[in-house]
Amino acid sequence: MAFTLYSLIQAAILCINAVAVLHEERFLSKIGWGGDQSVGGFGDEPGIKVQLMNLIRSVRTVMRVPLIGVNSVCIVLLLLFG
Amino acid sequence: MDYTAAQSGFRQQPNMRLRNSSVDGPDGSQLFDDTSAAGPGAQGVYRNQQAGPQAAGLPGQSFLSDPMSNLAMVYGSSLASQGREMVDKNLDRFIPISKLKYYFAVDTVYVGKKLGILVFPYMHESWEVCYQQDIPVAPRFDVNAPDLYIPTMGFITYILVAGLALGTQDRFSPELLGVQASSALVWLIMEVLVVLLSLYLVTVNTDLTTIDLLAFSGYKYVGMIVGVVAGLLFGKTAYYLSLLWCCAAIFVFMIRTLRLKLLSEAAAEGKLVRGARNQLRMYLTMSIAAAQPIFMYWLTYHLIR
Repeated sequence: MAFTLYSLIQAAILCINAVAVLHEERFLSKIGWGGDQSVGGFGDEPGIKVQLMNLIRSVRTVMRVPLIGVNSVCIVLLLLFG
Repeated sequence: MDYTAAQSGFRQQPNMRLRNSSVDGPDGSQLFDDTSAAGPGAQGVYRNQQAGPQAAGLPGQSFLSDPMSNLAMVYGSSLASQGREMVDKNLDRFIPISKLKYYFAVDTVYVGKKLGILVFPYMHESWEVCYQQDIPVAPRFDVNAPDLYIPTMGFITYILVAGLALGTQDRFSPELLGVQASSALVWLIMEVLVVLLSLYLVTVNTDLTTIDLLAFSGYKYVGMIVGVVAGLLFGKTAYYLSLLWCCAAIFVFMIRTLRLKLLSEAAAEGKLVRGARNQLRMYLTMSIAAAQPIFMYWLTYHLIR
C-alpha cells in the first residue's frame, strides 16, 4: 500500500515499454491486430478493437525515441540508488 | 432555463470548452467578486498618511531626492514587472491557471449545498449544468458544476484524519503522513488515467475535461472522512454503517452526474435505448461509479482497527 510517485512512474515506464515492444508485422498482423486492418470504419462507431490498435500504433510511433532516454535514466537511477 | 439550446450546443462541441474566457466573464457572471473599488481609495489614503509623517520626521533623509538612485529604483521596478509578466506567460503555457481559476470560484453556500448533495443525493432533482452562451457557469452560481475546492480540501483533511487515526492506535510517525499522502495521490492519478483511457476507447463524445474527472474522483474523500471520523468516535460498527451510507450516496451521485455527460440524450432522459454503443456507455458509467466505493473502502479500512 505504500506507493510513492516514483513507483507509479516506474510502472508507467514498464507499461509503455511493453506496448513499444509489440512488433507490427511479426506479431500484430499474425493475430489480426495489424495497422492495415483499421481502415474501414468511417461511420461514427470505430469500435474498441480499432481504437486499441490505433492507440498501440500511435504509442509506438511517438514513444520510440523518448523511451531510449527515459529507460537509460531509469537504469542509471536503479544502479545508483537500488 | 435554456435547456434545448444548451443541449444542441453540447452536441456540437465535444472538445474542451473555453473556460479561460470566463475569467473576464460575460456581464453579470464574474468569477470573483470585484472588491477593488474600495481598495485604491483606502490604500491611497494610507500611503499619504504614511509618507507625510516620514517626510516631516526625517528631513535629513535625502535618499529619494537623489536622481541617480531614483532612476535606479524606477529601472528596477520596471525590470521586476517585466520579469513577472514573462513568468506569468510561461507558467500559463504549462499549467492552465486561468482554467483552474474557474474551478475555485466557489462560495460558502455552494460548498454547503454540495456537501449536502454528496452525502444525501436522493432529494436533488435537477442535475444539469447551466450554461451561459456556451460557457459553463461558475460553480458559485450552479450547484451542479464540478469544482476543485472540495476535492482539495477533502484530500488534505483525509490525510490529517488518517494521521489522527494512526495516532490513536500508537502507530503514528511523521513519515507516515507523507506515505499516506503519496499513496492516495497515486491511486487518484491511476483512477483518472484509467477513466481517461476507457473514455478514449469507447469514443464517447463528451465535454468532460481531465480536470472535471479529477474533481469527480476527488469527491469521494468527503465520504471517506465521514466514515473514518465516525469510526474513531463510535467504534467499528459506526465506521461500517457510515461508510456504507456514504458509498451508496456517492454511487448514486456519480451515476446521476455522469449519466448526463456520457450517455446520449435519449438514454439520459430515462428511455431504454437499444444498441451496443449505448449499452457500452451505460456499463462505463456504472463501472466508474462502482469504482468509487471500492476505493473508499480500500483507502480507509487500514485506519480503523
